[in-house]
Amino acid sequence: MAGFAFELVSPEKLLFSGDVEEVVIPGTEGDFAVLKDHAPVISALRPGVLSYKDSKGDKQTLFVRGGFADVSSVGLIVLAELAVPVADMTDVLFDAEVKLASDELQAAQSEDSRRLAAERLAQIETLRGTIRH
Amino acid sequence: MPSLKDLRTRISSVKATQKITKAMQMVAAAKLRRAQAAAEAARPYALRMNSVLVNLAESVMGTPAAPKLLSGTGSDKTHLLIVCTAERGLCGAFNSSIARLAREKALALMAEGKVVKIICVGKKGNDLLKRQFAKEIIEFVDLRSVRYIGFENADQIGRSIIARFENGEFDVATLFYARFKSVIQQFPTALQIVPAVVPVKDKSAGASAAYEYEPDETTILASLLPRNISMQVFSALLENAASEQGARMSAMDSATRNAGDMIKKQTIKYNRQRQANITKELIEIISGAEAL
Repeated sequence: MAGFAFELVSPEKLLFSGDVEEVVIPGTEGDFAVLKDHAPVISALRPGVLSYKDSKGDKQTLFVRGGFADVSSVGLIVLAELAVPVADMTDVLFDAEVKLASDELQAAQSEDSRRLAAERLAQIETLRGTIRH
Repeated sequence: MPSLKDLRTRISSVKATQKITKAMQMVAAAKLRRAQAAAEAARPYALRMNSVLVNLAESVMGTPAAPKLLSGTGSDKTHLLIVCTAERGLCGAFNSSIARLAREKALALMAEGKVVKIICVGKKGNDLLKRQFAKEIIEFVDLRSVRYIGFENADQIGRSIIARFENGEFDVATLFYARFKSVIQQFPTALQIVPAVVPVKDKSAGASAAYEYEPDETTILASLLPRNISMQVFSALLENAASEQGARMSAMDSATRNAGDMIKKQTIKYNRQRQANITKELIEIISGAEAL
């Protein structure tokens, strides 16, 4: 199967750049997988696990928060404010994420944003459960 | 005429100073490498973000749905100047040139009757501006305890800027920092961040109009623009860090050279003085012997 160009960048550095076969992205409206020749999409990310299969067929998983995925004819670019390999996710990091999400919930003004923030918090909590085991 | 002892102490004190400046130069060189690497590592993100922003801005620009951060509030009455400088001195004209640029801009705006507000990032800029603009400085961000600037630091500043914007505290925001070109060249730069300046897209980039947006354009743009501001603050801080070390390196280099020159001059003076003393003593002895 042919690959396509994928770049994962965080503000601090370029985390990955190269050909991949498949990338699964946690979009705000649900996870979606990107294969070669995907239609152009720009999607916001929710905190969650991004996984990709590189050209050797090895699967990598990373925790990402806050950012965008940009699928175009040139390839896929994921801009993430935070991107940490799942294996490196410690309790401390999770606690920070949970705190961030609950702060957002506290600060939420409208009904809509409160619902979104609550969802986000729940997602992080479940994620924590699944990664731990 | 200073005595020999005076000259000796002066030479040794200049030598000690030279050692310090030499060490500072080497430290700055090491830090510069790191700062430059950090600035370069942040570049891809800024670049990609910009291209996403260009695509999005094109589709909403001019429509009433365009967010205020992009289209502006419609007035330019209140200006916010964010002045990023270093936390430490001894880096040549680095801090003062940024402060001068900001001061000129602030005075020009005030002369036009606009309201000016200033956020100082970095102690030195605050020190330089607070006497003249004590009333205008509304916030001072201290990054002294931060060793290496992370995105969180910039994000905090970015968030505070956005919160102020949403409260209607200002209409236009400009960021002041020094762009790093090389060790001997750093350019003080003013960059407007609110409303966002979207570069004109080159047509050769190809058709990108057929994008699908998830959730939708305005929502994405609404979360992208604040992030873009944080990112711009972040890259400004990184550029600044590299510029600061570059400026310090060249300042300390010339200080070391000056100290070397001074040591040379003082040594010649010292040798002459010593020779003169010997000659004087000899003359005294000889003329004393002749008188007998």
